[in-house]
Amino acid sequence: MLGRTANGVFWMARYLERAENTARLLEAGFRMALTRDQSASHEEWRSVITTVGAAFDYEAVHGTEYSGDKVWNFLLRDKGNPGSVLAMIEGARTNARAVRTALTREVWEAVNESWMSLKDVLARPVREPMLGEVLAAIRRQMTLVRGAMEGTMLRNEIHNFTRIGTFIERADNTARILDVKYYVLLPSIAWVGSSLDNVQWESVLRSVAGERSYRWLNAGKMDPRGIAEFLILDQRFPRSLAFCIDKLRSNLFGLAHEYGHETSAHELLRGLGTRFHQSSIDSILEGGLHEFITLFVACNQQVAQAIEYDYRFYA
Amino acid sequence: MTHSPSSFDEMLTAEGTVRAAYSGYREWYDAQDPLALRRKGAEAEGFFRKTGITFNVYGDDAGEERLIPFDMVPRIVTAAEWRKLSRGIEQRVRALNAFLHDIYHRQEIVRAGRFPQRLIAQNEAFLPQMVGFVPPGGVYTHIVGIDLVRTGPDDFMVLEDNARTPSGVSYMLENRETMMAMFPELFTKVNVRPVQDYPRRLAKSLAACAPACAGERPVVAVLTPGIYNSAYFEHAFLADQMGAELVEGSDLRVVDGRVAMRTTRGYTPIDVLYRRVDDDFLDPLSFNPTSVLGVPGIMDIYRAGGITIANAPGTGIADDKAIYSFMPEIVEFYTGEKPLLANVPTWRCSEADSLAYVLDNLADLVVKEVHGSGGYGMLIGPTSSKKEIEAFAAKLRAKPDNYIAQPTLALSTVPIFTKAGLAPRHVDLRPFVLVSPQGTDITPGGLTRVALQKGSLVVNSSQGGGTKDSWVLED
Repeated sequence: MLGRTANGVFWMARYLERAENTARLLEAGFRMALTRDQSASHEEWRSVITTVGAAFDYEAVHGTEYSGDKVWNFLLRDKGNPGSVLAMIEGARTNARAVRTALTREVWEAVNESWMSLKDVLARPVREPMLGEVLAAIRRQMTLVRGAMEGTMLRNEIHNFTRIGTFIERADNTARILDVKYYVLLPSIAWVGSSLDNVQWESVLRSVAGERSYRWLNAGKMDPRGIAEFLILDQRFPRSLAFCIDKLRSNLFGLAHEYGHETSAHELLRGLGTRFHQSSIDSILEGGLHEFITLFVACNQQVAQAIEYDYRFYA
Repeated sequence: MTHSPSSFDEMLTAEGTVRAAYSGYREWYDAQDPLALRRKGAEAEGFFRKTGITFNVYGDDAGEERLIPFDMVPRIVTAAEWRKLSRGIEQRVRALNAFLHDIYHRQEIVRAGRFPQRLIAQNEAFLPQMVGFVPPGGVYTHIVGIDLVRTGPDDFMVLEDNARTPSGVSYMLENRETMMAMFPELFTKVNVRPVQDYPRRLAKSLAACAPACAGERPVVAVLTPGIYNSAYFEHAFLADQMGAELVEGSDLRVVDGRVAMRTTRGYTPIDVLYRRVDDDFLDPLSFNPTSVLGVPGIMDIYRAGGITIANAPGTGIADDKAIYSFMPEIVEFYTGEKPLLANVPTWRCSEADSLAYVLDNLADLVVKEVHGSGGYGMLIGPTSSKKEIEAFAAKLRAKPDNYIAQPTLALSTVPIFTKAGLAPRHVDLRPFVLVSPQGTDITPGGLTRVALQKGSLVVNSSQGGGTKDSWVLED
């Protein structure tokens, strides 16, 4: 396949994943803000913006006023936000269009229909009563695309590059959520037992669609160490860092198998995997969650760059 | 201009009886519920949007994707009519290839005094880089679209030859798909010749033109200017259907004497490049030096026999409307036969007598730029204001060589489906022809373009035209 095509499916998948994750993050933030007083809810919205790394762009448009409707409209549809859900869907669709010949008809149509319907949904500012429905529509569309991929794509290099894009992006997103909320997961003595904790923790889980899974596994008992462990190390949870690394490995090694040789990306990923397997939640917390996450995000980024280079995405 | 009563209607006779070609269809149609049909029409539009069968518009709404309106009533040609047409098309395409070979070699037709040298020498579409070079397999026009118009029961005429890069074949295919999906029962009732294997035939025809250095299974790629090109959908569609790679200039470079595409495993040589990029942009080293759509050095590789370019560079000269006016002579000169398909009568404004006539009769004529296409830069006398005609006359006087004129033809009509029922609209027909050393292959049917406005004669999609499924009946 063409290097440009690999690049196209890779970024299509990344944009779709990011659009979905942004919607989930907004959903958690929205729920959170409803349970807080105004100044605390502004703080919550600010952390949503920080998580997606859009503080600079946001403040260029709205200054430092972090009210709910400004934040969600900014993240959903603002022209001044290159990372808005709308821009992501458009980016995914543009990439899909450029690599149409690499996609099954069903995948292309699912992406194209998502773009058509969400473009409509996001054509006007989203008011509070509609927010829930809009976020649900975004998730639903992304689920349709994923279903079309799962059900129709040939399991070859094209599929591998698509999946690699998905998991690079997902790992990055989960890591960023952890990073912004790490103070919640590292409670000082004073916070323990306050009614806020449970809501905060649940919000973290909710933003990665993990609240129910976590409750099943822990019989409803919330504790920050357990949540951090779940999001970082639990290989059964599809949005955990460990899960993403595992999937990256199987897809990257699928490529090595098909091509008959490994590349520098394999090397890097192996290094990351080893470090991961040697970690326990205690050692991670001890060394500092923030430090761990920062390193992880950088390594993940390196793997992505190595893939782009090794497989001639651009040159 | 209003619908002229003298136009030939392909479905109905002047007395209102249904012609033989349409009898099966009409029987079916009369049994349909008009409301249900209207719903189907809306469904079809949804289907096109969903699958992304769109074209991009240049200009004010740059980048916007639009649908070409699709009309549900098919355009039907009988087996006997088609046999006649195909013979004429085959002859014309044979002549076009011989003509192209000749003008890039000995120019016998000029030596014989049958064709003016200046139309070649002063023509921008003539490429000196092609002089003395024979493309692989001797084929210049691998894919040709011959635009036909009809003015009477037996009167088909060629309006234009598209030897450069004829587009629209994806609409021919998708229109058929849509019709079969919407009205499957219609195809059991009426025996229509299939068009669906066009991509397979195209792939086969292109592979048959591969250069000598190609392997057993030649590597074919489609070169597109990219997703913002107006015909991008078609480029992707054809590559997809042929199982060929869809490449852009940035994917290609010259490696070890071959044109190669950048794959995830390294550079892979291409044997046949079906390019949908104009000559001028093909090779910045040979042509427009600012082009980023092409491949630096591809012309050298081409001339050294390392790749087949389809259509061959320099074929665009055959689309020139001044050259078109010589097609009867061209056909006769190279085939030794009388042309089976007539030209539309054409005045060359470069000739003083013709120019004088054209200037006197502008209000009744259609005047076209010799290099123009897509319905741009032309004058349709009968629908133009006095002011427009005067302005055009000035341009014409200033640069008469740049124009030809034709009578305003009473194009045939075929009904379209409207809220008020069937209503006649003017149509043309573009059959698609594949040429390889193994022969000429004409897909039965083609693309019917229809002017959706009542009385309008402009069928171009860029100017509000629509399309129809085109049927050739089985014997």
